[in-house]
Amino acid sequence: MARYLVRRLAFLAVSLALASVVLFVLLRMLPGDPANALTSVGASPEQIAAARHAIGSDRPLPEQFTHWIGQLASGDLGTSFVSSLPVGPEVAARLDVTVPLTLAAFVLAVLIAVPAGFTAAHKRHTWYGTLLSGVSQLGIAIPVFWLGMILIAVFALNAGWLPSGGFPQDGWDDPAEAVRSLVLPVVTIALVMSASLIRYVRSATLDVLGSDYLRTARALGSSFGGAMRRHGLRNASVPVISVLGIELASTLLGAVVVESVYALPGLGSMLATGIAQHDYPVIQGVLFVSTLAVLVIGFVADLVQRIIDPRLRGRLSGGSR
Amino acid sequence: MTGTDLFTPTKRRSRRSVTLVVGCVLAGLIALLAAVSLFWLPYDADDTSGGRLAGPGDGHLLGTDKLGRDLFTQVMTGSRIAVEAGLGSVLIAAAVGITLGVLAAYAQGWIDDTLSAFLDILIAFPTLLLAMLIVAARSATLGSAVLAIGLAQSAVVARLVRILVKRVLAQDYITAARTSGTSWPRTVLSHVLPNIWPTLVVNLALQFGLAVLAEAGLSYLGLGAPPPNASWGRMLQEAQATFTTAPAGALAPGILLVLLVIGVNLIADGLRDTLDPATRRRRA
Repeated sequence: MARYLVRRLAFLAVSLALASVVLFVLLRMLPGDPANALTSVGASPEQIAAARHAIGSDRPLPEQFTHWIGQLASGDLGTSFVSSLPVGPEVAARLDVTVPLTLAAFVLAVLIAVPAGFTAAHKRHTWYGTLLSGVSQLGIAIPVFWLGMILIAVFALNAGWLPSGGFPQDGWDDPAEAVRSLVLPVVTIALVMSASLIRYVRSATLDVLGSDYLRTARALGSSFGGAMRRHGLRNASVPVISVLGIELASTLLGAVVVESVYALPGLGSMLATGIAQHDYPVIQGVLFVSTLAVLVIGFVADLVQRIIDPRLRGRLSGGSR
Repeated sequence: MTGTDLFTPTKRRSRRSVTLVVGCVLAGLIALLAAVSLFWLPYDADDTSGGRLAGPGDGHLLGTDKLGRDLFTQVMTGSRIAVEAGLGSVLIAAAVGITLGVLAAYAQGWIDDTLSAFLDILIAFPTLLLAMLIVAARSATLGSAVLAIGLAQSAVVARLVRILVKRVLAQDYITAARTSGTSWPRTVLSHVLPNIWPTLVVNLALQFGLAVLAEAGLSYLGLGAPPPNASWGRMLQEAQATFTTAPAGALAPGILLVLLVIGVNLIADGLRDTLDPATRRRRA
């Protein structure tokens, strides 16, 4: 296990290095000049050159890259071209919204999807088993922003129970208010996420239900519940956990649309603004932090799978995806 | 009775073809709207004679939007854009994804490891975000959106193809083809692709639905087809402010979008059961 951990961590470090190179190169391949965003229309060539010099985009690319990596190594995400504010604290402030939003939605989605998916498989010949499968079909077909619009119309505009959008100016100083403004966004993401999770849980459960080892356990006298707990849960959770890892990672950034519907100041909206303004340090900073999160989540998912399923222990990465 | 499947109860088999039929009807309905919109529309796209936010009826099947344009006309144009977005993205995703996936499956050692690590990271990033980057680099047109969604999805297709091809490459008939001197491009074309085709087609159908959703998301954020084109995503964005006073504009595009995606997903499910006999008993 220790040897695996070392190798897996080395793999993580190499992936991160690779990702930062790709990130940097891809961004510089984008057409458009960040200096244009800083100068007014009709600026003289000298003004544009001065703006370029000020943000350092006139230096050769390898130099810009080593500068960025050097900053990263000292924990500095750089300074925004547009606002001249450091990116790090801004990212941290955005994470205060995005992390609770994502985690709460993730937990809620799992709480909905695991029992629902299991029931959809186990009771697939009953009307409610079929209904659950049908509802999840509907859920994966609904655009997340439209679901958000409907929830706002019903629960905020008509019933007036919850705010229709926005986040308290002073953040979590008033926890009740902050929580209230996150309820609808969390439910929106969780519903859409659980719809696709239900399908994975259902198919993993079906695999287990049709397996020889479950039949053998039953033949040896285990009760259905006992056999499911002892053999089924462990086997079904391996593929589900790898999907969970991917879902969690993509929700972290995929929240951008929901953040837009609910006007939340999260990481996704920061990235959207950064992209629109060609603000390289902001884009790089947000994407670097999220790549790191994606890799760490993948690492944790692999680790958990390995603990659950000894058969995976010979391999470096990934379960049966 | 010879040659028939004795293990699957007939009742279940017929339910599966129902899935396929319902899927075809739903998706076909939208495709029909899209096809008709190419030749005929109830009103001109910029005809604002209807009066603002008129309710359904009175010459306007679904009423009008806040500028007085006919909603049904826009919904029809939107269905054309949705179908185009889905088809275009899936074509790009298939072309790039199959090529990359086959190459990765044939590559050994660190090239394979690097490629799969790269694909894993790419997949963890939501389609919509990659698409936003590409759309920002080009301009907000339907073409950019389709290109962006297609490229983002090609990572998913590539990973699936890599796994499928690896599985096929381990089979005895591939060894037989190799030892008999078949070149590898030929092996791919005549042995590998035909064997992964069923699973691949099902996945591409699912990607079609996801592409339609992604295009709607991009248009909702103002990064899809520019204004004179009525994309469903943009229609919904425009109708958001008047959801409670004029719900038709905020409901109709969403409902059609959901119907199209459900239809295509049902087709995918039906195809999986029909094309891939191995999953028949398991998934029933």
